[in-house]
Amino acid sequence: MHRQSLSIALTGSGGSGVMTTGSLLLEAAAKAGWYGFMSRSAGPQIRGGEAAAVVRLSTEPTESADDSFDLVLAIDPASLARFMAEIPLRAESLVISDAGAGRRGGQLPDVDARVLDLSMQQLAKTVKGGRPNMIALGAIAKMISLPLSHVDPVLEKVLQPKGADILEASRACVRLGFEAAVGLPVFDTPETYDMAETERWSVTGNEAAGLGAIRGGIRFVAAYPITPATELLEWMAASLPKIGGVLVQAEDELASINQVIGASFGGTPALTATSGPGFALMTESIGLAVCAEVPVVILDVMRCGPSTGIATKSEQSDLNIALNGLHGDAPHLVLAPTSVTDCLLTTQWAVHLAEALQTAVIVLSDQSLGQTRAIAKRPADVSFIAKRRVPESFEGAYYRYAAGESWVSPMSIPGQAGGQYTADGLEHDQAGVPSSLPEDHYMQLEKRQRKISDFDYGQHWADIEGEGSTAVLTWGSATGPVREALSRLREQGTDIRLISLRLLAPERPLEMEKALHGVKRILVVEQSHSRQFYRYLRASYDLQADTRVFNRPGPLPFRPAEIIQQLDGWNSGAVK
Amino acid sequence: MKSDTLPLQLQPKEYKSANKPVWCPGCGDFGVLGSITKALAGLQIQPENAAIISGIGCSSRMPTYLNTYGFHGVHGRALPVATGLKTARPDLTVIATGGDGDGFSIGGNHFLHTCRRNPDITYIVMDNQVYGMTKGQASPTTDPNWQKGKLTPAGTGINPFQPLGIALASGANFIARCSSSDSNGTARILMQAINHPGFSMVQVLSPCITFRPEQREWKNRLIPAPEAMQATRDPAEAARLLLTDEGIYTGILYVGDRPVYQPKLESSITSIEQLEEEFRL
Repeated sequence: MHRQSLSIALTGSGGSGVMTTGSLLLEAAAKAGWYGFMSRSAGPQIRGGEAAAVVRLSTEPTESADDSFDLVLAIDPASLARFMAEIPLRAESLVISDAGAGRRGGQLPDVDARVLDLSMQQLAKTVKGGRPNMIALGAIAKMISLPLSHVDPVLEKVLQPKGADILEASRACVRLGFEAAVGLPVFDTPETYDMAETERWSVTGNEAAGLGAIRGGIRFVAAYPITPATELLEWMAASLPKIGGVLVQAEDELASINQVIGASFGGTPALTATSGPGFALMTESIGLAVCAEVPVVILDVMRCGPSTGIATKSEQSDLNIALNGLHGDAPHLVLAPTSVTDCLLTTQWAVHLAEALQTAVIVLSDQSLGQTRAIAKRPADVSFIAKRRVPESFEGAYYRYAAGESWVSPMSIPGQAGGQYTADGLEHDQAGVPSSLPEDHYMQLEKRQRKISDFDYGQHWADIEGEGSTAVLTWGSATGPVREALSRLREQGTDIRLISLRLLAPERPLEMEKALHGVKRILVVEQSHSRQFYRYLRASYDLQADTRVFNRPGPLPFRPAEIIQQLDGWNSGAVK
Repeated sequence: MKSDTLPLQLQPKEYKSANKPVWCPGCGDFGVLGSITKALAGLQIQPENAAIISGIGCSSRMPTYLNTYGFHGVHGRALPVATGLKTARPDLTVIATGGDGDGFSIGGNHFLHTCRRNPDITYIVMDNQVYGMTKGQASPTTDPNWQKGKLTPAGTGINPFQPLGIALASGANFIARCSSSDSNGTARILMQAINHPGFSMVQVLSPCITFRPEQREWKNRLIPAPEAMQATRDPAEAARLLLTDEGIYTGILYVGDRPVYQPKLESSITSIEQLEEEFRL
């Protein structure tokens, strides 16, 4: 079946409800058989201010933004101006504006696309309690041939709790919008959908990470609210108590990370989630977890930095601090999910690795993964669970930090008689007693490094797809657009290799050498201004191929066509 | 744990580790180490069921000198570590130890919020009104006119922190002041602090004879609080005492009955798969 896809954006201002509309559209479309996702773009305002819901529907699973948008509904016409860069249009794109939106709705900016009018505001006024966003939802349903029988149950599920009046007003508006759109263009959509037996989920990256954490064994979370990690924490606050766990809202991020360390010292797998500013505050104590060999997972849902940056928008610019932000020689793990649904596997793996290796594991998600809701196949089950090496008996003396057959030494848990020791951020000898002797320092540095360097991470260290002598090396949320670009090229007969690193630290030179075997050209794709990923690759790996970088800062996502252009341009010599 | 359930009576010395303290001869903290071991023995808490948590500073070295579980973390963060441990492991006896700089300066925010949260932790602050480990700077409890701190040669000129008044205002559930020179008296108060539910704040005036030799006189200045004010349950009365006694009254100065922070750690579902329900289409 030929793939079909529709990219739809809704823009509005001042509580016009575009996010709700986008969510309803996505879920109704999922009932019809579409895959897809919705991502959010908003300013800093809590209520009011412009917002855009960005929806992509596809007949196949996808987590990449398309090159441009097919349909835009500017519920408040002027609001589109704020998103011109984030909502690229082409001549055939259709923008639905509302001339009757009045002064509040403002003027539609100039766009290079078809513009048609729909009286969303006026129509909504004919219904008591009616709202233009529901008119828009009805109109979209009509234009994409989405039967109202799929929209209605979703409306009921989401709006029933808000009151029967609101539900009825919304239903009436959706019907009005559907009827009002009769004269508007109808988009090509599939006659039938692949509704094969696969179970499908509607899940955000933040929720997937939360579930992965719990599946991995996390039962204690301490955290401080921060955008865009808050939803993850809210999901865990509600979910952890169901399975005998707990989330503590801490007084700040210094407390978060240290509470987590305390809980883990007591034997309970523990995690904190934050974003850049909070992560920066935690770095001293992450070093403590490394030194004292206490397993912890720190999930950083990245946003634009530095400083407070752009709190609501995505960027891959915490890579440097995650890799190198700890003082002293503090070897630890850095992982990154490669898609929204992969937030589950990667976080679950992170818990497993933290516990198995008794160290700090940093997971770098970002706003575009965390706050995007995907309609996707149920993620495959993986067997990673927390399994800490704990001493079984204490015959003879117990040395907490003695390197024996393994660099990972058994860790006693409070309550175990005979296992008493002091976990310490001071350098220590094998018993855990503070020591300033050079031989103790060397031994413990070596122990903490070797236990993670010598470990066999298996196939999950990277997603590697395709063949060919050109490779795209990328990570995190940049993977989605790269994957789609390479899939398009593959359909045209050009095979290019994808290597997306899930394990960023410790580096895997042998695996990388194998992955790059036969590669003559490498295109590095990353969303940071200072080419953090490229510099990391150069510092960590022997890249012998001709290597170029396609980078830009957030918040604009990569578009598949841009990546294809980079690769094509390289061949033709047009792009250097 | 009741002593009659134990096969053997544990003696104070059995709570000491073999490690030799780094403290200067004459340091008040030796006395506090003794008081902690006596309190643990007095309560017959098995060493493996107690955890001593600290940050950084002379007195924060305490865990290493005890034969319990211990955690010696970063500067100022003993209370969060202790809170995380106690929340996840309510079965353990969790005691945080440290000094006035660790607890009231770099860790001040955690002090406020741990009082507020009221977990069942005992916090022992060995207050000597000076940073000893870094060799003699003014601390939050230092007199504003003390001019021997090399970072503040003209004195700090700022008001000293009043830990017990602040503990009371922030919600601590048990407040006491002791003297390190009275090892047995301190041990008795620590036993009550450990037994009292919620956050117990125990300030132990523990002289730094190296940088504050004048503190040798403390043992002559400190006096037990008037009988009528010992262990008051009236916060207004406690506040009056704590804000006006110039820090010289010892004893249990407030006993509260606020609810203890301890989330229940019980499952309500039988399998993690049930959490997936909300994602299924």
